[in-house]
Amino acid sequence: MAVLLIAEHNNKELRPFTLNAATAASQIDIDVHAVLIGNNSAEAAKQLSELPVIKKVLSVEAPHYENFTAENFAPVVVKLAENYSHIICSANTFGKNLIPRIAAHLDTSQVSDIIKVISSDTFVRPIYAGNAFATVKSNDAKKCVTIRPTSFDPCESSGGSAPIEKIDAAEEFSNTKFIKREEIKSDRPELGTARIVVSGGRGMQSGDNFKLITEIADKLGAAIGASRAAVDAGYISNDHQVGQTGKVVVPDLYIAVGISGAIQHLAGMKESKVIVAINKDGEAPIFSVADYGLEADLFEALPQFMEELNKLNTIQK
Amino acid sequence: MKILVAVKRVIDYNVQIRVKEDGSGVVTDNVKMSTNPPDDNAIEEAVKIKEAGKATEVVAVTVGEEKAQETVRKALAVGADRGIHVKVDGILEPLAVSKILQKIVDKEKPDLVFMGKQAIDDDCNQTGQMLSALLNWPQATFASKIDVKDNKLEVTREIDEGLETIEINVPAIVTCDLRLNEPRYASLPNIMKAKKKPIEEIAASDLGVDTSPRVEQIKVEEPPKRKAGIKVANVAELVQKLKNEAKVI
Repeated sequence: MAVLLIAEHNNKELRPFTLNAATAASQIDIDVHAVLIGNNSAEAAKQLSELPVIKKVLSVEAPHYENFTAENFAPVVVKLAENYSHIICSANTFGKNLIPRIAAHLDTSQVSDIIKVISSDTFVRPIYAGNAFATVKSNDAKKCVTIRPTSFDPCESSGGSAPIEKIDAAEEFSNTKFIKREEIKSDRPELGTARIVVSGGRGMQSGDNFKLITEIADKLGAAIGASRAAVDAGYISNDHQVGQTGKVVVPDLYIAVGISGAIQHLAGMKESKVIVAINKDGEAPIFSVADYGLEADLFEALPQFMEELNKLNTIQK
Repeated sequence: MKILVAVKRVIDYNVQIRVKEDGSGVVTDNVKMSTNPPDDNAIEEAVKIKEAGKATEVVAVTVGEEKAQETVRKALAVGADRGIHVKVDGILEPLAVSKILQKIVDKEKPDLVFMGKQAIDDDCNQTGQMLSALLNWPQATFASKIDVKDNKLEVTREIDEGLETIEINVPAIVTCDLRLNEPRYASLPNIMKAKKKPIEEIAASDLGVDTSPRVEQIKVEEPPKRKAGIKVANVAELVQKLKNEAKVI
C-alpha cells in the first residue's frame, strides 16, 4: 500500500515543509500519493504534482477548506485512509493540529515528530526536549506519522508530472468558525528554513533593542529568532520563538544573543551546524553548545559585530 | 458551565534528564516531578473563568500511577473544586489517555475540556486533538487567549505564521499554550484546604479501555554530543572565525 502525504499550502502555493515531508514519505515507501485540501487551490495542486517523488495527487476544493481547519480536513483524510499504509505530515502547527484528529478516528497511536526513518514501522524521535532519542516501532496496521521537517532535506520541486485526481469534499463541520489570521509579513527568510538565524533573548531588555538584531540579520540575510522569555516579555511576536514549544531550526549558523540557554530553548536550535553565543554571563548554559562563545555585553558587542561585518568585502547569502 | 481540566505528572522542567544505561528509558527514580507546565496554564484559565462568574465548577483529572494524584492535589490548591484520578500503571500513549478522558467526559458531562498543548516528557502533542476527534467536538489548539461568550469561545491560537482566531461552539476542547496566562502559586492556607477537597479514584480497568501500548519503545539513547567549542576574545576574532574557519558568512 502507498503512503499518503498531506500537503501544507496557502491555497496559492505549497508551503516549503511539504517538500521535507515528501522526502520522509519517500523514505517510508517509494509509492507516495499526496492529498491537497484547499479552496481555489488548483495552482498548489499543480505544484504538488511536479514533485518527482509524488506518484499521484488527490485534490479537493471547497470553501470550508479555505482556512485549514482540522475539523474539516480530518474526515477527508480518514475517508482516504483505507487505501494507505501511512498518513504523513510535517510536525509544525499545521500537522500537529491535524494528524492526531485523524489518528484517533483511525484508532491509531500516532508517532510524532520523527527525525529518522529506520524502516516502514520503525522511527527515531526526540523526547524530553531532544535530550533523549527514542527508537520506536509502531504496531498499528495503519500508521500516522508526523515528521520534523528540519531533519529531512526538501525533495526536488520540479520535473514530476503526477496525475491529479479530483475527490469529493466532506461535509462541513459547523461548530468551528474561522475568524482571522494575523500573519507577520516580512521580507526576511522564513525562520524554519533560513541559512542563518540571529536570535535574541531576555538579555535584549526591550523590543526596541531588537533593532540591533534586525540590522545584523538584514546584513547577513538571516531570519530572526527569539527565546520564549523574549516573546513572553513582549519584545517580539510568537512566530519567532525557537524551542521545545516553538520552532525547531537547523541553520548553518545560529547566533544566540542574550539567551541563557534553558534546555527548552536548546531543544529548538542545538542541531544547528555552527552556534555562536554572545552573553555577558560566562557561566550561561548556552556556552555549552556554542562553537564560538563571546563573553561580552551585547549592547557593546552587537554594534561592533555590525562594524566588523561592514568591513568584510563579501558576505555569503 | 463546567470545565474539566486534564493534568499530567512529568519530570520537572528544570531537571536535566539522564538516559538509563540499558537504553530502556530515562531515569525517574529520585527525580523531581511536577505538573506538566502548560497543564498549569489550563488549570489557571479554568479557575479564572470560574472567578469571572462564567463557570460553576472546575474538575481536575489525571490519568496515571499512584503518585500522579499529586498533580490533582496541586490543581485543587490553586482553585479546582474537586478531582478525579484514573489509576493506571505503565506507559500510557496519548490515544489511551484520550479514550480514558472520553469516558470521564461521558460521566461528568463538562462543557469544556482544557489541557496543556503538549507534555514535556514525550513531547507528543496529541491528547487534546484525539479527545476532540473521539467526541466529535471542536478543538482549539495552542491557545494563547480565550474569551468566553455565552455558549461560544473565541480563541486565539499560536500558529507558525503568527496568530489565528477561531470561534468554537461549546462543548469544546482547548489545548493551552504557556502564554495563555501566568499560573498562580498555591498559598499555604489553600494547600491545607485542598487536602479536604474530594478526589475520586477510578481504576482504568473499570472504564473498559484497553491501554496497552501500540508503539513499542525499542531503545532510548542520548543524542550525539556537540564537540566542545571555544571562547573568542572579541568581536573581531569572532567574525574572522566565522568567515575563515567556519566559512558560514
